Amino acid sequence: MPTVRFRLNGAETEIDADPDRSLLDILRGQIGMTGPHFGCGAGECGACNVIIGDHAVPACDTPLWSVAGKDVTTIEGLGTIERPHPLQRAFITEQALQCGYCVSGILMSAAALLKRNPSPTSREVKEALDRNLCRCGSHNRIVRAVLRAAEEMAAG
Amino acid sequence: MNQQAPDPSPPKLPVSLAANPRLSSWLKFSSDGQVTVSPGKVEIGQGIVTALAQIAADELDIDLSRVQMVRASTTASPNEGVTSGSLSIQQSGRALRHACAEVRRIFLQQAAERLGVGIDTLDVEDGTISGPGNVRTSYWELADEVSLNRDAAPGVTPKIVTSRTVAGHSVQRVDIPDKVFGRARFIHDQALPGMLHGRVLRPENARAKLLQLREDGAREVADLVAIVRDGSFTGVVSETEHGAEQAVQALRKGATWSDGDPLPDEGDLASFLKAQPAESTIIDKKTAISPGAAARTIRRQYTRPYIAHASIAPSCAMAQWDGDRVHVWTHSQGVYLLRADLALVLKLPVENITVEHMEGAGCYGHNAADDVALDAVLLARAAGGRPVRAQWSRQGEMSDAPFGAAMAIEIEADLDAQGEIVGWRHEIWSNGHAARPGRASQPALLAGFELANPFPRMISTNPPQANGGGGDRNSIPLYDFPSWQIESHRLTTMPIRTSALRTLGAQGNVFAIESFIDELAAERGEDPVAFRLRHLRDERAKDVIRAAATRARWKLEKQPGIGHGIGFARYKNTGAYCAAIAEIESAEDISVRKLTLAVDVGEAINPDGVINQIEGGAIQATSWVLKERVRFDHQRVTSTNWTEYPILRFSEVPDVEVEIIQRPDMDPVGAGEAAHGPVTAAIASAVFDALGVRVRHLPITRDSIIAAMELTS
Repeated sequence: MPTVRFRLNGAETEIDADPDRSLLDILRGQIGMTGPHFGCGAGECGACNVIIGDHAVPACDTPLWSVAGKDVTTIEGLGTIERPHPLQRAFITEQALQCGYCVSGILMSAAALLKRNPSPTSREVKEALDRNLCRCGSHNRIVRAVLRAAEEMAAG
Repeated sequence: MNQQAPDPSPPKLPVSLAANPRLSSWLKFSSDGQVTVSPGKVEIGQGIVTALAQIAADELDIDLSRVQMVRASTTASPNEGVTSGSLSIQQSGRALRHACAEVRRIFLQQAAERLGVGIDTLDVEDGTISGPGNVRTSYWELADEVSLNRDAAPGVTPKIVTSRTVAGHSVQRVDIPDKVFGRARFIHDQALPGMLHGRVLRPENARAKLLQLREDGAREVADLVAIVRDGSFTGVVSETEHGAEQAVQALRKGATWSDGDPLPDEGDLASFLKAQPAESTIIDKKTAISPGAAARTIRRQYTRPYIAHASIAPSCAMAQWDGDRVHVWTHSQGVYLLRADLALVLKLPVENITVEHMEGAGCYGHNAADDVALDAVLLARAAGGRPVRAQWSRQGEMSDAPFGAAMAIEIEADLDAQGEIVGWRHEIWSNGHAARPGRASQPALLAGFELANPFPRMISTNPPQANGGGGDRNSIPLYDFPSWQIESHRLTTMPIRTSALRTLGAQGNVFAIESFIDELAAERGEDPVAFRLRHLRDERAKDVIRAAATRARWKLEKQPGIGHGIGFARYKNTGAYCAAIAEIESAEDISVRKLTLAVDVGEAINPDGVINQIEGGAIQATSWVLKERVRFDHQRVTSTNWTEYPILRFSEVPDVEVEIIQRPDMDPVGAGEAAHGPVTAAIASAVFDALGVRVRHLPITRDSIIAAMELTS
């Protein structure tokens, strides 16, 4: 089995696996993470989004080989309950979910957006989240939460 | 409650509590300062667990943080049937409130005895019980000496509304922190010791039978534990999820299926529905005392397509056998009901089966949660006592789970010379809207129909009118027309599997009634809000309409390409009142820019939770109206992914404003299904306002608008 090396939430990681397998499969299977969620397996819903470099991508549609040498961030690497990311704090304040299954992927899309664009407009937030699906109809709260997090980050 | 005049009949327990009177099945106190609350209703993304915790905290006079909510399980939880129909607050909430009030009194009696003071002199603050002369004890101190192993008694009086401090106020939901930190809260994220992974193979063509199965390809896949086959039911068990996926793909290549059963013409659902054998029921009939003379009669037909649950997560379950006993973990809406069906399929006494709830993704009705539970149970038989986790594919979720039923609705109105309605006839053709497990002598679970000795496929029925009805839900107008007849035709064939989806038939019926009302008002040149108010007698109904109209500044000045419309309903005619005003923009496609809603749910326990539910319902309804229909050809469902079954995206979501009319002295009712019908109707009428064309067939797309225009010209 070839070895693929990458940084996962800041930690050097080595995986021995078929490099054509999906990153999601490795994260949830071999590594045992629960943050990125399986939704469709075809890169269509965003529930498994992770950040690679500066962009959020669906892990189900990302082959393992393609992350060699790269930085991969999952929701587990975004923040913790002791040290939450401003987005996580804002999602709690705004109660920005109903079932929450889509939220770990949405948080990653939002985090990638705020990295690229620290003060987005509401339209820009919607565009950045347009490939993330939410079935419960929490969209407007989610947009509000992202804008709140951006404000908080700008205020330092 | 206690503010009302005393009832002459003896006091009764709330229904859920009467069915599960043992107080210890609802509440447990521990000496370390915690109360464990065990409701029979389950969290399906609607925030019910938090609202119930609020009720308990309030009645017991304890801080919300002391309340630990337990997931429902057939081992210990009260049997509250199914979490559906927007009834959880009504049923579970009322039972819990009563149980907590009684338990509080039991503790106070014990405290009075121990402290040697009168019970009426005692106060409770965050679980600490104090009395005159600074005597004090607490629930926690008394926890071991007070037995709740007794039945609830009627006649207990819960607190009056004004002394509630937690219920009626917005609080943060207890489940949200886990979900934003990616903690393993969902059933999908659980890993039991020694757990194996299962996948079931199902045919693409509807109801095709497995004729031949070559297993050699699947046998070569690493990590394979077993291939399971029983008739047309077949699947794999593997040490790893990846292995299970690989093996089921290999198995697919080795499978030969029959052609399956033909499906109806998706392009002409009304003709199909009306041509099927059906059971016809007169739902309601009202005869005018002095019938008005009909000058003319107008008839309109409306349809809605099959709609998918399309939850973001595929359904998932775990099962583990121990001899002839099996433990099942599920996101089903009803643990006891699922257990009953599993017992039928497995031919085991219910005592041998434990069904435990775990959260799944958003649940909007009877989806595949119960089906996948049986899949897991059947696969786990080959696992030698190890637990098996089964998960459906996206494709399976979009084609094998039950759908919300397609409907054809015809309304005929007799108008007098002034255009006033003197007669009203409403007819519905639809499959039944409920084929839930645990309610019949035959199981409702998909794999049960596929076994070598199969159970007959269940044909969906409709819940009785007393429970809100099914296809006929919300078909009786709330308007004061002098006469009407409402008739429902429930199909007795079912080529496409249907069961309960949010609102059952209410979305279709409210769409039809409200669209027709809008049309009749327009014919008279009367404002649609004024027309509705003139025909309503119920002040709560009028209040939500007036509140929505005021908030939306009805009626705004006409602008090119912009339209406004209103829709109203009281869900089930007994639940929440909701009025919606839509503002749409018609360009290349229709986009909904804004929805303004007013809602009356009686006492709103967690107002922010109610707004969240109404807003979510409004957005989901917008998605149904603008985008959704299950696609199929003559053999199979073709809308098996998010490209073929698109739902509303962030850039397409309207602004939503919700106003709650708080009625603290009215019993609380659910909010989850109140918005769908009104929003659907409001959008359709707004499209007419903008374009001058009535679209009577959902979804409202560019194609359906062009078709409606052609019909008009």
